[in-house]
Amino acid sequence: MTLSVFQPAPDLPPPPGQTGLWRFVREHFFKDATSSVLTVLGLLFIYSIAEPLFSWFFLDAVFVGDAKTCNQADGACWAFVGSQVKLFLFGPFPRDILWRPSLAGGLLAAVFAVTALRLVSVRYMVLLWCALVLVSYWLIGGGYGLQPVPSTKWGGLMLTLLLAVVGILFSVPIGIMLALGRRSKFGTISFLSTAIIEGTRGIPLITIIFMATILLPLFLSDGVQLGTVFRVQIGIILFSSAYIAEVVRGGLQSINRGQHEAANALGLSYWQTTGLVILPQALAKVLSPLIGRCIALLKDTTLVIVIGLLDFLGIAKAAAQNPEWLGFEAEALVFTAAVFWVMCFGLSRYGRSLEKTGAEKNH
Amino acid sequence: MTIRSFYSFALQFMFMALVVWAIYALMVTTKANLEARDVESGFGFLSQRAGIPINVSLIDYSPSDTYGRAFLVGIINTIYTAIVVIILATIIGVLMGVAQVSGNLLITKIAETYVEILRNVPVLLILLFIYGVVLAGLPSVRLAWEFFPDGFLTQRGVYFPRPVPLKGFNLVILAMFAAVVFSVLFARWAKNKKNQTGHTLPVIRTNLVILLVIPAVVFLLAGQPLEWDAPVLRGFNFKGGMKLTPEFVALVLGLSIYRGAFIAENVRSGILAVPKGEIEAAKAIGLSPNRIIRSITLPQALRTIIPATTNDYASLVKDSSLAIAIGFADMVSIGGTMIGQNGQALEVIAIWMAVYLTINLIISVLMNLANSKFQIVER
Repeated sequence: MTLSVFQPAPDLPPPPGQTGLWRFVREHFFKDATSSVLTVLGLLFIYSIAEPLFSWFFLDAVFVGDAKTCNQADGACWAFVGSQVKLFLFGPFPRDILWRPSLAGGLLAAVFAVTALRLVSVRYMVLLWCALVLVSYWLIGGGYGLQPVPSTKWGGLMLTLLLAVVGILFSVPIGIMLALGRRSKFGTISFLSTAIIEGTRGIPLITIIFMATILLPLFLSDGVQLGTVFRVQIGIILFSSAYIAEVVRGGLQSINRGQHEAANALGLSYWQTTGLVILPQALAKVLSPLIGRCIALLKDTTLVIVIGLLDFLGIAKAAAQNPEWLGFEAEALVFTAAVFWVMCFGLSRYGRSLEKTGAEKNH
Repeated sequence: MTIRSFYSFALQFMFMALVVWAIYALMVTTKANLEARDVESGFGFLSQRAGIPINVSLIDYSPSDTYGRAFLVGIINTIYTAIVVIILATIIGVLMGVAQVSGNLLITKIAETYVEILRNVPVLLILLFIYGVVLAGLPSVRLAWEFFPDGFLTQRGVYFPRPVPLKGFNLVILAMFAAVVFSVLFARWAKNKKNQTGHTLPVIRTNLVILLVIPAVVFLLAGQPLEWDAPVLRGFNFKGGMKLTPEFVALVLGLSIYRGAFIAENVRSGILAVPKGEIEAAKAIGLSPNRIIRSITLPQALRTIIPATTNDYASLVKDSSLAIAIGFADMVSIGGTMIGQNGQALEVIAIWMAVYLTINLIISVLMNLANSKFQIVER
């Protein structure tokens, strides 16, 4: 007697159209009637937008040449951006000492890389950033052995980055103090912090910039002179602090009461509890929204053009008025937008990656 | 009084004294500085003749009016812009947000691209681009582009036919009110009936019919009491019709597409925050796709969408102050002109702060009302 082993027939292949590319296309583009119509409309839309944009950007564009060749072409005049690139980056900064802001920019990139790659501990990171601000001010403003450059000559991308980086670095500690003040058990301190935070958040940045440029000289006694750049910087710091305070407060509120109680039980003082137990946890939780505030601040610094500063956007507008290159405002603005986009999008991706690593650490 | 509370009291007292002293010192220097610059103080200037020309005004205004009236024009312009932008940004945001979860990969990618581009560019740059490049690139008045019958796009603005109500149009307005009242009453009655008997009535469809049919019937019965005043090209410019200035169009368009991208992000994350199991459960008990969206997805998504969008509305109102950069006469730009004329910065800034804080307060009260409707009712 032979033992018959049941041999199952081999599996039939899946019906055609259930696998591979065809299935993917059907699932994602032609699932039902509505989806098919949307796909067709979307394709039409992309074609009608992308084709002219692509020709304007690349096919018909002038990359090398002067205003004359540009005026004859239908596309974008990237030669204009190329010829003015120093102006875009540094504004009216003296041309013979451009190595100074360039070096400051290089240092900024280096410090940012060190921070992003977490090469050093948090304590050294803070020191590095503070040193960066001092060195950058020295390199850009001069003095102490370098030829001084008045702040009226600062401009371009350099000014935008300076306003944003200094704004963030100062507003983080002030924001933390305001957030702690708002949660303080002393009624007066909490009231005053809340009033500053809500009052600042309630009004637009433009009015704060106006206040800083017009009112600040009124508040200061005679003899104290501050350049417009520094006055605006103070306004930006105040504005940003209020928003950062709210972000930090969110982090503080998410810390379990038990942490406070445990620290108290160990006999730590208020400042020890806050500095060693609560804040490190709270800040780690709000890193991603803090990066969000950095992005917002970077974009908001463009508002300084309202009082006539020539930041990156201001210089783009000014460059488009250059009599040699008239009529290329679109190119100037598109170039500015592209640079802003790369910086902001990069920062937001960095923020998202922080969120992910943070989540991995906690679980 | 324990030692601890005495310590707390003393600390707060010292702190308050410090603050009061600082404010006092500021006031003294400010007063001296203002006197040195020959600047008046107080709100008396509001009744002086302004002499500021304003090209867009919803109320009667001429340069011979007072500063107070000019400021009022600015405040109304700010509020008007804010309302229009809130409506447009919400429409864009909902469309783009829903598109991102539509299930059609192409539409999703288009919407994602839109959101990622717009969110990562300064809003001021968007405004300047629309004003200086897009609108300036429109055809001149002579070659105006007729984008729909009697509607024209030109460098100098957008022209629409203006509706002119004739005698008897009041009846139609009355009918609209009546229709709204009827639809509210019907919705209440239907809800009562549902609570008592469990029968659901087609409330939305019925109300749409009520809202459309009653005014339309009255409109026809009253003999169509409405005319259109179309813009006509006479000489170098359009006469008649309704005109939107390029400044206003740029401001509204720029703010709407920028804030719309943020609202789209709220809508997307709100919809994705609804647990998948809820949708599957709803499908399992046989609810129709429409019903699932209406009764399961939307109420839960709105719980996260509304608070986030409240913040966006508040930012949007503040962003309307960017009007100054393209020359639209909002409150900030008119106030800025006043500061330039008479130097009374303190007073003007105080008015700005008061108006913005009031607007933001109103928005948060309204949105809290909406929010409380959708919060989980805890029993």
